[in-house]
Amino acid sequence: MQRAMPVISIQNVTKTYQMGRVRVQALRGVSLTVEHGEMLAVMGPSGSGKSTMMNIIGCLDVPTGGRYFLEGEDVRQMNDNQLASIRQGKIGFVFQTYNLLARATALANVEMPLMYGNGRNRRARALEALDRVGLSHRARHMPTELSGGEQQRVGIARALVKDPSILLADEPTGNLDTRSSDEIIAVIQRLNREEGLTIVLVTHENDIARHTNRIVSFRDGQVVDDAAVARPLKAGEHA
Amino acid sequence: MTPLTTFLTALDALNSNKLRSGLTLLGIIIGVTAVIALTAIGNGAQATITARIQSLGTNLLFVQPGATTSQFGFAGAAGSAASLTLEDSEALLDPVLASAVVDVAPETGTRTQVVFERENVNTQVLGITPAYLPVRAYEIEVGRSIDEADIARKAQVAILASETAEELFGLRDPVGHTIRIGSRPFEVVGLLKSKGASGFGTLDDRILVPITTAYYRLGAQRTAGGEITVQRISVQIATEDDSDAATEQISNILRLRHRITDEDDFTVTSQVETIETLEETTQTFVIFLGAIASIALLVGGIGIMNIMLVSVTERTREIGIRKAMGAKRRDILSQFLVEAILLSLTGGVIGVGLGYGFTHFFDDVELAGTALNMVFSNDIAIIATAVSGAIGLFFGIYPAMQAARLHPIEALRHE
Repeated sequence: MQRAMPVISIQNVTKTYQMGRVRVQALRGVSLTVEHGEMLAVMGPSGSGKSTMMNIIGCLDVPTGGRYFLEGEDVRQMNDNQLASIRQGKIGFVFQTYNLLARATALANVEMPLMYGNGRNRRARALEALDRVGLSHRARHMPTELSGGEQQRVGIARALVKDPSILLADEPTGNLDTRSSDEIIAVIQRLNREEGLTIVLVTHENDIARHTNRIVSFRDGQVVDDAAVARPLKAGEHA
Repeated sequence: MTPLTTFLTALDALNSNKLRSGLTLLGIIIGVTAVIALTAIGNGAQATITARIQSLGTNLLFVQPGATTSQFGFAGAAGSAASLTLEDSEALLDPVLASAVVDVAPETGTRTQVVFERENVNTQVLGITPAYLPVRAYEIEVGRSIDEADIARKAQVAILASETAEELFGLRDPVGHTIRIGSRPFEVVGLLKSKGASGFGTLDDRILVPITTAYYRLGAQRTAGGEITVQRISVQIATEDDSDAATEQISNILRLRHRITDEDDFTVTSQVETIETLEETTQTFVIFLGAIASIALLVGGIGIMNIMLVSVTERTREIGIRKAMGAKRRDILSQFLVEAILLSLTGGVIGVGLGYGFTHFFDDVELAGTALNMVFSNDIAIIATAVSGAIGLFFGIYPAMQAARLHPIEALRHE
């Protein structure tokens, strides 16, 4: 895979859902290119199509029309198993509600995605990922014993553990107070700036979006604005 | 996902809900224990019956009047045709024509009212010769047997079997007392040792009198020619192996004597045949018991399916997370399938263990007067374990497919 190739190349993608008798057009021709090492925010009100876009980028869903290349691979032609493989190898999800397995320790949660891959050195790689989010000392704790911010850091470690091509964070600070929120933003910014990780962040908060380098705005299933952020905020800084 | 991680993940999931797993397990445990215990009881009954019959001697043949009509090898309506006589019986003791025959014991009998003082029983009164006791393996407990002199003078003497003696005399010694059979007085000269229950009717409820007395004094059947008819001839042979040869020799003698050219008017049965017939019958009984117990196992399997379906619904979100993290359909399928099989197989193994314990604990325990005989069968244990595993597979596949089919986005949205 050449570095010159964009991580995400989306061309005129449409998505139509059949809701009973009604056809809902969630995406009406979206084009988007994301280069390696970018950090961008996807914004828009609910129903704007940003969640659908995230699902397609994350290979949880396939577009109805148009083309989507992830590191040069045509995702639209893939079956369930191939999509699962792509998710396993290249996509790191971070969810608003953390989505940790309640019965498993932080370490076991971080190890989990590796079970579906080649699964070598799982323990060591999981500990290393926890270390990268500064939580190695909480490895043996259950999710219920961790604060919201800590749980989300476990969630980020779980996304990092497989060295993904892209980190997809869906409202990662949505359930957190300002202090924990700043903490998470700091971790995400560091991963992007120091480790060069490509990050797509979905948010409806302008304040959060302005911590990234580029903001893509959705409305009614279309991209209405796509602009670089002139002066990205530092973590802890608020507009 | 490697088989080991699948196994460990499944174990972890079962471990996290111990009560539920335990209760589901219980269904299979009860089913398998029931299969093991009931087949052990069935096999034990079979072994007991076989042993009882063998204790009567496998070197016995029975000759009865009438043709074979029953599929079980017994003479149909034995005694209905008065075709066997005392002379026939004596003719079988022929060292040349019937070399395999060691001894013969003819008998003839009726059910009659027997009275002693105020006690009154209705029992079988058998007319016999002195050979009857050794041939049928009866032993004298007190007193003496019937001898040739009794036969010759048609003596009104009787030997009581143990149960009959108890009914008439209680704990008193019957020897020397006089009982009334029909309207005639008989002196009790002997008491037989108990043979125990045979599994199908008792051998200890009868009165033995000389065959001539039975014939002349008690009105047993007689032929048109005035010969004494017998209802059955017990033939002792040297060994079980002589059975076929002896049957052939007896049949030839009787055919000659009865001038038979087409269908025999008598039937020869061997103990070996009787055992085989009974074993077939009890085998059906064992299968029947096993089938009943299998229903319990089936219900246990349905319990597994039920709990797995609940589990899939409850863990929809977990399935969504795993799928988002890259789990393929077959990863989810195998996770839930392994859980189901692990449950049923563990239940099966515990059930076999409990069944084994049960079998040994209750073996020889007195139940309603008879000792319970239980025979643990390794074959059944292996089959029961394998079947319980198969039940997990069968009842687990549907819930597991439901789980594997879930769409990741919808599963993640599930609350």
